[in-house]
Amino acid sequence: MQKRSEILKKAFCTAFPHTIPIFAGFWFLGMTYGIYMNVSGFSFLYPMLMSLIIFAGSIEFVAVGMLLGAFNPLQAFVMTLMINARHLFYGISMLDRYRGTGWKKFYLIFGMCDESFSINYTAKIPEDVDRGWFMFFVTLLNHLYWFTGATLGGVFGSLIHFNTEGLDFVMTAMFVVIFMEQWMKEKRHTSAVLGVGLSLVCLLVFGAENFIIPSMLAILGVLTLMRKKNEKGAEDL
Amino acid sequence: MTISQQIITIGVIALGTALTRFLPFLLFPAGKPTPKYIKYLGKVLPSAVFGLLVVYCLKNVNVFSGSRGIPELISIVVVVGLHVWKRQMLVSIAGGTICYMLLVQLVF
Repeated sequence: MQKRSEILKKAFCTAFPHTIPIFAGFWFLGMTYGIYMNVSGFSFLYPMLMSLIIFAGSIEFVAVGMLLGAFNPLQAFVMTLMINARHLFYGISMLDRYRGTGWKKFYLIFGMCDESFSINYTAKIPEDVDRGWFMFFVTLLNHLYWFTGATLGGVFGSLIHFNTEGLDFVMTAMFVVIFMEQWMKEKRHTSAVLGVGLSLVCLLVFGAENFIIPSMLAILGVLTLMRKKNEKGAEDL
Repeated sequence: MTISQQIITIGVIALGTALTRFLPFLLFPAGKPTPKYIKYLGKVLPSAVFGLLVVYCLKNVNVFSGSRGIPELISIVVVVGLHVWKRQMLVSIAGGTICYMLLVQLVF
């Protein structure tokens, strides 16, 4: 029987290479997020703690705007659910994979960001490597990259002397890329087109401050109607 | 916002995020089949949500005044172009952001 330290070492050494691209990505985006918070007038404690306890990139960027706006916890909660609704589907995919990992399961679910999900879902874990520890280290390393990146950005943001006007566009660019990745993966683009179209209509009707919730309801409504209307055909929108 | 209001906001976001991650595991315990409607939504919602997020990012662009959304349009074209060409997430995001920063700082 292997010693515990050997099992851990093996799992770590197998997991680490999978996370190297995430390291680059999370340091870039994490630091940008930290700097963004810094130039928005927040102490480094904000990105540090938020990256630690939330650990979800897109909502953390959106949170900067929320914290600068009027106090509206209900809207913050609903926005969080909507932006992070995709986690529900990651969870559904991981129901079996995370089974039998003991206490680590709690942390695996807590740290299930897009990237942890992608690696843990797709990685081919060798037979002699402990699955639970492998997925644990993938999640932990990703969490660490995001946390250190955001904290460093938050600390050194004030020391950066180049003009940061327009830096917030990184968020738009990120979502454009995620949207494209999704677009390239799917056969039919009905849902993607509906998402953009209905949101634009709601933006025009309800204005910039109030269009998110109507947009989500419209999207949910139309997608549900399309399923009922064409039970079979709508399955692969 | 006061400090306590900020703490509540951050707490609510952390709670909401954790909820989206834990809910499937609570609702669909191991071994039980997932309802068809949930499976359907799982398939079709993400694309629409990403579309909504792109629109959300651009919600404050005014096409009738100021720079009329031209820097945004050019930079998005750069992001799309880079991504079609290289398909490297970081390159596309960094390229588009640098382009946007140069445009709003030096041109518009």
